Amino acid sequence: MIRFEHVTITYPEATTPTLVDVSFEVPEGELCLVVGVTGSGKSTLLRAVNGLVPRFSGGVLAGSVVIDGRTTSSVAPRDLADVVGVVGQDPAAGFVTDYVEDELAYAMENLGVAPDVMRRRVEDILDLLGLHELRHRPLASLSGGQQQRVAIGSVLTAGPRVLVLDEPTSALDPAAAEEVLAALTRLVHDLGITVLIAEHRLERVVQYADRIVMVPGDGRPVVVGTPAEVFGESVVAPPVVELGRLAGWSPLPLSVRDARRVAGPLRERLASIDTSAFSRSPKALGEVVAITDSLQASYGPVTALRGVDLEFRAGEVVALMGRNGAGKSTLLNHLVGLREPASGAVQVLGSQPHRLSARDVVRVAGLVPQDSGVLLYHDTVAAECSASDRDAGLAHGATRKVLDRIVPDIDPLTHPRDLSEGQRLGLALSIVLASEPPLLLLDEPTRGLDYGAKQRLVEVLAQLAGDGHAVVIATHDVEVVAAVADRCIVLAEGEVVADGPARDVVVHSPVFAPQVAKVLAPLALLTVHEVELALAAASDSSYS
Amino acid sequence: MGPDAQVTMTAPRLLHPGAWWLWAVALAACALRTTNPVLLCLIIAVAGWVVVSRRADVPWSRSFASFLRLGMIVIVVRVVFQIFFGVRVPGTTLFTIPEVTLPGWAAGVSLGGPVTIESLMAAVYQGLRLAAVLACFGAATSLCSPYRMLRALPTVLYEAGVAVTIAFTFAPQAIVSSRQVREARRLRGRSDRGVRAWTASALPVLEGALDRAVALAASMDSRGYGRRGSSSTAVRRRSIGLVLLGLIAIAVGSYGLLDPGAPAIFRIPALALGAVALLGALIAGGKSTMRTRYRPDPWVAPEWIVSIAGLVAFGSFVIVGRMGSALSPSTNPLEVPAVPFIAVIGLLVGALPAWFAPHPPTLASASGPLVVAA
Repeated sequence: MIRFEHVTITYPEATTPTLVDVSFEVPEGELCLVVGVTGSGKSTLLRAVNGLVPRFSGGVLAGSVVIDGRTTSSVAPRDLADVVGVVGQDPAAGFVTDYVEDELAYAMENLGVAPDVMRRRVEDILDLLGLHELRHRPLASLSGGQQQRVAIGSVLTAGPRVLVLDEPTSALDPAAAEEVLAALTRLVHDLGITVLIAEHRLERVVQYADRIVMVPGDGRPVVVGTPAEVFGESVVAPPVVELGRLAGWSPLPLSVRDARRVAGPLRERLASIDTSAFSRSPKALGEVVAITDSLQASYGPVTALRGVDLEFRAGEVVALMGRNGAGKSTLLNHLVGLREPASGAVQVLGSQPHRLSARDVVRVAGLVPQDSGVLLYHDTVAAECSASDRDAGLAHGATRKVLDRIVPDIDPLTHPRDLSEGQRLGLALSIVLASEPPLLLLDEPTRGLDYGAKQRLVEVLAQLAGDGHAVVIATHDVEVVAAVADRCIVLAEGEVVADGPARDVVVHSPVFAPQVAKVLAPLALLTVHEVELALAAASDSSYS
Repeated sequence: MGPDAQVTMTAPRLLHPGAWWLWAVALAACALRTTNPVLLCLIIAVAGWVVVSRRADVPWSRSFASFLRLGMIVIVVRVVFQIFFGVRVPGTTLFTIPEVTLPGWAAGVSLGGPVTIESLMAAVYQGLRLAAVLACFGAATSLCSPYRMLRALPTVLYEAGVAVTIAFTFAPQAIVSSRQVREARRLRGRSDRGVRAWTASALPVLEGALDRAVALAASMDSRGYGRRGSSSTAVRRRSIGLVLLGLIAIAVGSYGLLDPGAPAIFRIPALALGAVALLGALIAGGKSTMRTRYRPDPWVAPEWIVSIAGLVAFGSFVIVGRMGSALSPSTNPLEVPAVPFIAVIGLLVGALPAWFAPHPPTLASASGPLVVAA
């Protein structure tokens, strides 16, 4: 169905090609997962399927991409609309209309489908994706998961045989991600649609994949094979696979279900270990840095936060979790003074952040927003750093020093746009950290990061907390919460529904529990690293 | 609510985008025919009043304020240029700036000299005219979603696919992008007010808006926007040629119509030629493009009222223009501008959409529980 033949893609002004000599084939009716570290060219590969690369991006494509018997070099993306449906990373950026129904009908209007057929197909897709209750809603009022499903539906109505999705769940909370993935597997199994999907959070999708395309990104050839084959050696692997490697299970389990069936002996071995020894929480906490006092916030007629009372202390890493739209970003925006409370109060180090000038607020609270790239608008890394020194009134080189600690060895003459996702986050983080705010806030910092970059971020955050910063991360990534958070707050509809030590909050939740905890329940172990430590302790005690 | 709602005078729904644009273009045409400051301010007030009463709760509905600000900048720039480079007009001298004698090849350009109140007032009037046109454009952008306009475009324009998309969505995307850049500046500890903040954020805002517009164009293209269908290359070339000819002729014709000093051939004949060429393109292109509509936007009573209100305002300006010089009050000698009664009545009719256009559906009126993007 999709065939890449010796494809090499070079972007304009790039010295090295993004993809080198890529050849693979995806047969009809498969769900094929594209994996690789950030910046390895996954999105480029996906966008080449219907010719958006190089037609919209510029650059040169050597070799050929054949889709349903047609080469993309001779057919424009618009003429492939009835063969390939492409859903981008940010579904809202691709919306062309204002209402759910109109959005679903848009592709059919362009194809010239007769009105009565259009009506019928819109109904079918509404049912297939569970959107019927939303049909008259404005797109702007939908949650992230709903928007993603509408975006999938809007390309499906054209009746494509191939569906291409770039990180469809990266912005979604765990439950919404399940919702989208369930819809996708239904499409593969019931309709035989071929799906090509890129995703960083392998733990979410790997169990559904028939085939994996591994893009190493450093010039080595792509690896294609079944999940078990590819993950035998891959550096990027979901926690459940790593646990399988650690425990020496063969074949490697790909889902919690597979792992749990073989994990009996491991659980028994670890049952005697006192897991409280790994808990990070009871440690000396510093003074209270920020307080919210019955904080209320609203957008027009909609209340986003209802009476939130929280305290953040120096030295703790707090994870803020909850559905898309539960009020996480709103809370962060209030803590950094971007918004004024509708009622109640926010205090950071005794002052109200929205009353402070921009210059003063960065000294008490710093926020790295969801799309960290928006903080960067100079031509080089060096210019960003010196601008940051100037803004915060710091000695020359202060920001660079922070940057070197977080991501060493960045060429100062690189354009921020050419940095990898992880490096760019590191740069944004250093700019925010340069003025040493006691309260550090990060909104979805792991979006688009691969496992390696996430691991480095986790280390940096733990170090910052150790230095006495209060760190608050709003995230959907349960694995990161498991690895770094001391305390976990769950928001729902603008209210705090849980607030306590991270281990207690996530371990028994069917939604928020990390994979390792699900495999080893009722043991309260959260990460592969903890299992490793526990195993070491277990073997010590068996010798003694 | 939503596209399914009953079409009545009062039910909340979105008005046909063509009606809003016709109304706004008619108001802008009024502004272009006059330099009378009273009438120009009245035009801005009418546009503003309608926007405030009928805009939807969406990001781009706030673009009106940005257009007003842009208008203020235009006036200031116009006055500054007049002070330094403007043609010297005799009259009451306010102050004199040192004159620079330019070399012979630059004859006709003057630098410095006495600045008269007459020349300044003329500059203010002209700046105000441009500001009023900008306000009308801003009103149209805040009142109707650029997406709906895009979908309502005739099929022949699809050939210009990407360019058209970017042209129509750039301004609203810039509004969204500017809010993001302002927040980002604050997070970096930079002041978000003042001229320096404005100039420093201009580039990122434009970059961001362009990125978004291109992303949207890519999404539209991969969903079949501007599909060729079965037409041959020759047919397509012919219809593109006709579209280009038609658009140029209409542009010349509208310019001729707005500038009373233009030769007669640039008026009605040019417009007629443009209309015929576009019609030809529609027929030639219509055969080959195979586009259908899911739920066509209705054109009923409120649409008629809005578009006729705009046309009545324009008509009143044409009549006043024929009757005397009230539309272009003299600045040399300086006189208090007369306020033509007919034009004021015309503009008040132009404000009727504030009462007769349907309310846009609000987020709160949508069924089901609401989730706000955090």
